[in-house]
Amino acid sequence: MAVQSDVVNTIAGFALFADLSGPQLEEVAHTFDEAWFGAGERILRQGVSGSGFYIILEGSAAIRVNGVDRSVLKAGDYFGEISCLLGEVPVADIVAAQPLRCLVLPAGELEGFLTRHPRIMFRLLQGEARKLKHTTAWVS
Amino acid sequence: MGELSPSAHLDKPFPPGRYPLIVVGSGPGGLQLSYSLSRLGIGHAVLSEDSAPGGMFRRWPVFQRMLSWTKPYTGLQRSSRAYERFDWNSLLADDERQRAVMPALMDGTSYFPSRPEMQRGLETFAERTDIKVRYDCRWESTSLTPSPSGGGQGGAQDFILGTSDGEYRAPIVVFAVGVAEPYRPPIPGLEQVPHYGDFQPVEHYKDRRVFIIGKQNSGFEIASGLLPWARQLILASPSPTKLSVNTHTLVGVRARYVQPYEDAALAGGVIILETTIEAVEAASSGYRVRTRNTEGRTLTMEVDDVIAATGFTCPLRDLPGLGVATFGQSRLPAQTPFWESATLPGIFFAGTITQGSAGLKKHGIPSNSGAVQGHRYNARVLAGHLAETRFGMRLPRPSLPAGELVAHLLSELSVGPELWHQRSYLARVVSLDRGQGITDEGVWPLAHFLDHGGADAVAITLESNGQGNPYPAVYLRKDGAVSEHLMEPNPLLDFRSGDYPRQMQAILEPVLAAAPAPA
Repeated sequence: MAVQSDVVNTIAGFALFADLSGPQLEEVAHTFDEAWFGAGERILRQGVSGSGFYIILEGSAAIRVNGVDRSVLKAGDYFGEISCLLGEVPVADIVAAQPLRCLVLPAGELEGFLTRHPRIMFRLLQGEARKLKHTTAWVS
Repeated sequence: MGELSPSAHLDKPFPPGRYPLIVVGSGPGGLQLSYSLSRLGIGHAVLSEDSAPGGMFRRWPVFQRMLSWTKPYTGLQRSSRAYERFDWNSLLADDERQRAVMPALMDGTSYFPSRPEMQRGLETFAERTDIKVRYDCRWESTSLTPSPSGGGQGGAQDFILGTSDGEYRAPIVVFAVGVAEPYRPPIPGLEQVPHYGDFQPVEHYKDRRVFIIGKQNSGFEIASGLLPWARQLILASPSPTKLSVNTHTLVGVRARYVQPYEDAALAGGVIILETTIEAVEAASSGYRVRTRNTEGRTLTMEVDDVIAATGFTCPLRDLPGLGVATFGQSRLPAQTPFWESATLPGIFFAGTITQGSAGLKKHGIPSNSGAVQGHRYNARVLAGHLAETRFGMRLPRPSLPAGELVAHLLSELSVGPELWHQRSYLARVVSLDRGQGITDEGVWPLAHFLDHGGADAVAITLESNGQGNPYPAVYLRKDGAVSEHLMEPNPLLDFRSGDYPRQMQAILEPVLAAAPAPA
């Protein structure tokens, strides 16, 4: 599904795309598809292949591991990148906590997308570094 | 087969009143659903603002030939289920004499039917299966009221449809109204140029410079048709073009329309740009189009014509105001796996709108619900779902001897048309319940099987990853947990022999070992 015209303005406020110009934001918006999920619907399924990289436009979602909710994702957050980058099945369910509107890119297109947009790759790397920092702090 | 008889047009079934269910639309989606509901004995009314069957195929595609094929010669009986895999355009019938309407109507010049052939096919199906439609009855408004059978306040509700013929009421309404309302993105000046649907006769474009906004199939269809007419064709949109022969799916421009792409690659009269269109302005003898690409380079082009091939939306009228959530450029209604509005229960969808129920979309590959070959199966599944959940019926479920299970599953994977046309989306489900035995549950949306639990069962479907041939996927549910098993593709696209029976047996073994003894 091609995206609505308001998406460019929405993603302009996300940290992931903070370095992009207007035409670059528009190109990004046209690269992704838009998806909508009802409350309680699963977006990623633990152990099921063929997932994608999702960026939340509106709403929130739970990260659920073996049936237990571990964290909450909100607008501007993204998920699915680990399974996309590693070529492995997701290790958690992602479940819409309330109606969820997302951008989505298939796993097979993420590498090309990131290498074409090094500033987005850097921002994504920063995000992964923050997650690692929080996880390290949590386990220690 | 000619036009329907005048009496069929003048016949006005379904006067205003209350019905158990109302279908709005008489394109392929509405016709298929009405047929499937009738076969189950579910009373319903069908309303359409058109004057005859066919929906958008009474007008489009503008170059008058379909993108979906019907292969006349396959070595298969045209009345067989297996033939449906090669006939993307005929609607589905239980009676063999009503199946495969399309190949007999085609003149042999192409395996893509012409638009008039497609229209005749839909008219023929409606006539042969005696589908009744109240034509020239325009749905205009929608509201809610307590249902007389629902106990009043707090009980079930009826939808009230205001139409050009009067007021209709029903607790369930299925909208099969297509995705064919022109969409224009908010580009300054774009409102002044024709949309795809306003395309002029080709002679109008003779020796002219034509700028086409949009690089999907509709843009390339126009470009292909104008190759022998236009002086120069410029196609532009912000992102690169995908080709279906590269994606191995219907995502991307179809091979029929690739010629402009080759023309551009060989530096002919076609130019393809990845650029943002900033504005379209009136100029002395046409238009001035201003663009800017991702590197900041601007281009301003003077052209004779601009055509907005910028997509379509759903004509949902007041439904969003009533609570139907929509998403994406096409404003598709958000739907459950069984095509019910995710936010307004009782409102369902059929036809090409069912692409709003995305399913798993594994590897980014959508269902084929946007096309007849996909959504015709959705309609049949929806009719069965409504029968069981809203009309108290129980559809027959054949039992399977344990010794035939593997062969049955592999046969469905090899020739089952639902699985070939709706990959990763519809699945054949067989329950392996220890108490009830082995039972073919029919075809379900795969997402429903994965997300709604139940007894031990297996769901099979075909899947693609965009790189090669489709391959079987098996989802085994045991003690509430679902495991995914992907098989290798077969270059000959048949999974009934070789190592597949052993693999399938091994996948099923954990459940079969605990299942009842063979019948």
